[in-house]
Amino acid sequence: MNDKTKQQDFLGGMRAISPLIAAVIPIGLVFGAVAATKGLSPAETALMSALVFAGGSQFVAMDIWTHPASWTGVGFAALLVNIRHVLMSASLGTRMGGFSQPARYLSMLFLADEIWAMAEFRAKVAKLTPAWFAGLVVPFYLAWVFSGLAGAALGAFLGDPVVLGLDFAFPAVFIVLVMGFWKGPETGAVLLASGAAAVATQHFVPGVWYIAAGAVAGLAAAMLTGKARGVEVTP
Amino acid sequence: MTVDLATLAAILAMAAATVLTRLSGLVLIRHVSLEGSRRKAIESIPPAVLMAVVAPTAFATGIAETVACAVTAFAALRLPMLVSVALGVACVAILRALGL
Repeated sequence: MNDKTKQQDFLGGMRAISPLIAAVIPIGLVFGAVAATKGLSPAETALMSALVFAGGSQFVAMDIWTHPASWTGVGFAALLVNIRHVLMSASLGTRMGGFSQPARYLSMLFLADEIWAMAEFRAKVAKLTPAWFAGLVVPFYLAWVFSGLAGAALGAFLGDPVVLGLDFAFPAVFIVLVMGFWKGPETGAVLLASGAAAVATQHFVPGVWYIAAGAVAGLAAAMLTGKARGVEVTP
Repeated sequence: MTVDLATLAAILAMAAATVLTRLSGLVLIRHVSLEGSRRKAIESIPPAVLMAVVAPTAFATGIAETVACAVTAFAALRLPMLVSVALGVACVAILRALGL
């Protein structure tokens, strides 16, 4: 592959990710603003966005943030929230025939929902190349880190997030994502089990255990309904 | 530009956990085939986790939050993410201003 093709691929990736960049910047701003209200400095906020680069787990971390910060609490929550990356990386890994082994691992460090979705879509119509993937990652990564930094710096000027309802942006994002995962009645069973277990656990147990409790209950519901369906199905 | 030590430890723990999930899929496909019921079970993890995170806000915080969650969910059926989130935020702000 010559330099010109690489350049074209990189630009193609950038074009593909551009609408998602427009969508992520306001979310990054809100993340930074709420991080500021939780007592994080702009440097800490930017460091988190740069090193973690996973919006969902960063929102959850802000939700359960304590002083001093509990590395076990937020680390465990990040593991739970991002466990979906295991499947996404397994799936995308099978599309990386054009990548060297080190390039696969390096690329996968920048796996995010939006980047994953665009890369999977690209692999359906053309060969996924490292240059095209980099075209997705570079602008999206920079947009996430710098919008978070800007939000943290402007946080004080944005006013009280509770009055403005901005603290609700994170749960709202999660709800939209949950709706996107809807695949039928078995998803309903997962959500019901998870929601009930989470509310009950949060009521009786301090800390973030309600996330683990809800996740395990939802997983159990998925396995039970999957089993029940397996019995009904006659080929 | 200050970075608190406990905050740094928390960020590094989050980064380590996230890197682990990102790379383990690649390691996994070299050893295990993920088909059938195993794939289904793993696919149910994201909605289960996200629901667990929002459930206390949606059902055990207040009327404003519960109504706004319903509005957001309903909007998400038809509208793009940003619009749905904006509607939810506006809804909760209005209901809180009304004292609910």
